[in-house]
Amino acid sequence: MNDIQTRRQEYRLLFKQNVAKRLLVDKIVRIIVFSCVIIAIIPLGSILVEVFKNGITAISIEFLTETPGSIGSGEGGIGPAIQGTLIIIGLSSLIGVPIGVMSGIFLSEYGDNKLARSVRFFNDVFMEFPSIILGIFAFLIIVLVLGHFSVWAGAFALSLIMFPIVARTTEESLKMVPTTYREAGTALGLKKWIITFRIVISAAKSGMITGILLSVSRIGGETAPLIMTILGSSQFFSSMDTPMDALPLRIWRLSLLPYDSAQLQGWGAALVLIMIILGINLGVRYYFSNKKNLLFGKFIKQRSNAIK
Amino acid sequence: MNKVNLNIKQRKIISDKIFKIGVTTAGAYVLIVVVLIAFQLVSESYPVWEEEGLSFITKTDWNAVEGRESFGALPYILGTLTTSAIAMMIGVPLSIGIAMFISDAPPKIGAPLGFLVELLAAVPSVIYGLWGLYVFRIYFRDWFETPLHDAFGDNIWLFSGNPYGLDILTASVILAIMIIPTVSAVSREIMKAVPQQQKEAAYMLGATKWEMFKLAIFPYSKTGLIGASILGLGRAVGETMAVTMLIGNATGLGAIPSSLFGPSQTMSSIIANEFVEASPASIHMPALIGIGLILLLIAIVINVVAHLLVTRMLKIKEGAINN
Repeated sequence: MNDIQTRRQEYRLLFKQNVAKRLLVDKIVRIIVFSCVIIAIIPLGSILVEVFKNGITAISIEFLTETPGSIGSGEGGIGPAIQGTLIIIGLSSLIGVPIGVMSGIFLSEYGDNKLARSVRFFNDVFMEFPSIILGIFAFLIIVLVLGHFSVWAGAFALSLIMFPIVARTTEESLKMVPTTYREAGTALGLKKWIITFRIVISAAKSGMITGILLSVSRIGGETAPLIMTILGSSQFFSSMDTPMDALPLRIWRLSLLPYDSAQLQGWGAALVLIMIILGINLGVRYYFSNKKNLLFGKFIKQRSNAIK
Repeated sequence: MNKVNLNIKQRKIISDKIFKIGVTTAGAYVLIVVVLIAFQLVSESYPVWEEEGLSFITKTDWNAVEGRESFGALPYILGTLTTSAIAMMIGVPLSIGIAMFISDAPPKIGAPLGFLVELLAAVPSVIYGLWGLYVFRIYFRDWFETPLHDAFGDNIWLFSGNPYGLDILTASVILAIMIIPTVSAVSREIMKAVPQQQKEAAYMLGATKWEMFKLAIFPYSKTGLIGASILGLGRAVGETMAVTMLIGNATGLGAIPSSLFGPSQTMSSIIANEFVEASPASIHMPALIGIGLILLLIAIVINVVAHLLVTRMLKIKEGAINN
């Protein structure tokens, strides 16, 4: 009797120790995993705080509208850079969006063959190409041929970053449209391209707009391809065939200067840039995620798959 | 009567055909561009291959002075590989931890945290550079590099050199932060693709949460997680601005990575630094384009491998759900 009791106690103890150890390991892993999340968010917080804290003192009407003053003087502003960023975003959308949308239509409506599969694959791979290579490419086929730095070259380089994103998001949102919609159109005797434009695209509009805006926020911050295409300048836009300024380029140039005033202006430009980019990014996500649109809710998930 | 019908049918076919040709061309655009890029980089860098031969890849000098031109890409290849490797060592475990947390947390906590991590990807590279240059570098140098150097600098070559903040380690840490959103988001999808039954089976055996990950998720999603990390490697290899601003930009022999606290240069940063000043007439520009070609080849290989691994993994998921 006594013997059995002690043995039971031993077993219980062993069991407790074993489980306690496993639970402890589990707890430690939980803490490590949670701290990973915290560690990753710290830089984001620090970047946002520093950009706002340092940038806000630089912001003024003159800073936003004037051309840069002489180097190191701390005078002048980033007017040309803001203007240039808007121009380059507009022009690259002009090239990138139609190609991207058409390519997305191809992938979704005619996307069940060998060509489409390879297009999809290369789209995904192309999305991850180092952007500086696209800059070199635009330089070689436009700047070198024309003989001068050109705004079109920059817009072309950025459109190359843009169109695969637009294509894949368009494809995903068109695929969300139920086949019955298309069948209804066919039953009415409509032509396929009319079905696509009138029915399918109008049903998938919000998803496509998100994709386009997210690609805009992506190219707005690109710097590397602009170095060898629009070069940077301190004057307002004058023609398509001369160098132009853009916010990321201006930030880069300012960061190379050894003056405190330049540093301050760099923070100011960074604040403007981050407001534009995070503004578009957050705005789009917030606006569309609040819409409670079933089509779109599904789309957000698909999009996050596609972009990666 | 019959004739009219036929006409309509024909018109319909023609306009649809034009539409199909149009969208197919737009779809094929990406293939055309990829081929054109490869062709352009090869043909424009041809002079440097002609001049230096394959030793362009193995040489270490970098001299653009007229009459004494000599170019070797080895230091920059090594610089890219070193910074990317260190970035992977820091970034991948962190990302997998984040993916574990978010894939397992209740959506109310997981979704906003995942969103915050994804916001890291929306911050432009040049702002990472600015922040790294004026904020991160200072703290990192004073709190991390200097103590390490004081403790081990005389004995271990890894920590020799004078910590100044503009070095391989700083650039690598920034790179690590920049690859976290990619790797963690893809890893999260991969982990979610593990069939629910597998997890439940592990719990039924009495596993704790960690044991569930060890028993059910990791073995199942291994290839996918490797693919996600390689995708991060692709990002790290091509990243330009932040690295250019933080790596110290040495050239030639000085750019060969010798210590964590030494300056170096990567393939993309030397292109960003020198491309505009290089004259198309001399061999300097072909040399830079040649480096671009090597970078492109590395990036293509990395990304193709990564996409094959990741899509295969996600396809298995679809199969599993259908069963």
